[in-house]
Amino acid sequence: MNREYRDIPGTYVMDGQHCRKGYHLNMFCMSLNKAENRDEFRKDEAAYLEKFKLTDEQKKAVLERDWLGMLRLGGNIYYTFKLAIFDGRSMQFVGGAMSDVTEEEFRQMMIAGGRPVEGNRSKKEQEQSNG
Amino acid sequence: MANIVTGIGTSHVPSVGAVIDNNKEQDPYWKPLFDGYQPARDWIQDNMPDVAIVVYNDHASAFGLNLIPTFTLGVAEEFPPADEGYGPRKVPTAVGDPDLAWHLAESLILDEFDMTIANEMSVDHGCTVPLSIMFDKPEQWPCKIIPLCVNVIQYPPPTGKRCFDLGKAIRKAVEAYDKDIKVAIFGTGGMSHQLQGERAGLVNAEFDQSFLDRLTTDPVGLTKIPHVEYMREAGSEGIELVMWLIMRGAMGDEATETYKFYHVPASNTGAGLIVLEDGSQK
Repeated sequence: MNREYRDIPGTYVMDGQHCRKGYHLNMFCMSLNKAENRDEFRKDEAAYLEKFKLTDEQKKAVLERDWLGMLRLGGNIYYTFKLAIFDGRSMQFVGGAMSDVTEEEFRQMMIAGGRPVEGNRSKKEQEQSNG
Repeated sequence: MANIVTGIGTSHVPSVGAVIDNNKEQDPYWKPLFDGYQPARDWIQDNMPDVAIVVYNDHASAFGLNLIPTFTLGVAEEFPPADEGYGPRKVPTAVGDPDLAWHLAESLILDEFDMTIANEMSVDHGCTVPLSIMFDKPEQWPCKIIPLCVNVIQYPPPTGKRCFDLGKAIRKAVEAYDKDIKVAIFGTGGMSHQLQGERAGLVNAEFDQSFLDRLTTDPVGLTKIPHVEYMREAGSEGIELVMWLIMRGAMGDEATETYKFYHVPASNTGAGLIVLEDGSQK
């Protein structure tokens, strides 16, 4: 199977391997679609997480709102964003957190036309240009 | 005989729905986007379809990872707005057209497109935001809605070519339907955007504008774009653009461009809108 997409920098493609790794983490996130689950999670986050088969690392990433960590542990942004919605956070906040800038800096980058594709296409290309 | 007379391509950015719901269209950040939408909104008022087939993707609302159908056709009487974590959007429940939807499901499956059939399905912003973009805030949506939900979250989504061919089969099926009705098809999602990872915020206006141009001039060329090129050039979530090719396939060879608009940014996204008409009807 061609996995050429693994050469794209800063990108966690939801392929079969990623889905297996993050299945329970993502399904926990999706459970927050239901108001009664949101209430239960709000009452005691750690206790609610016990209902799902998350690894300790995944639980820690959720409790610490480690947005990039969740992706590395199998999370998918459409699912992890449910947790951001729960927190009242915007996509710019989460985008900033994952790319290490503030929400405002991220918003300004978008207004200026977004992150350019030049220099962001390929890990190989980036390594070559960094010598 | 029924005809597909209109094709709409549009982004389905959730914050655009929130802006409409909260009457913020005239805010300086959003005004240029809504000014760009206005001509398409005016146009559709004079060219109202009886039914709109809305091609979109669900975002962990009606479908989770427990079951991942590639193409799902909604055949229900109605489709309520989904709770995506904020409570459901306060938009009308979409009224379906089970008669046409079942005709489509049966025709497509016999035409070798193995559709999943949904008798109960809520619709999230992927479906409702394009309706708001085109129809604003009516008490009821002005036409019947058939949701066609495509998996683009779990890799791999269907190829661009498969989507285009499905569109062609939809056209054939609609033309074989015995009621004399006008059908529109919406292809939604994209355009370039990446929501995830260290590369979040990627937008490629050049890619998007070329995609918009080639929808009329070179749709077959667009069907040859491989997944990795969408992800690399248009961001990991830019791959949603394959859904526009279902719309394009359904518009046939004679499609003409009536209106086109592009704007950066809408939230984290390059936002495009295109109106195509069936040239063979003129």
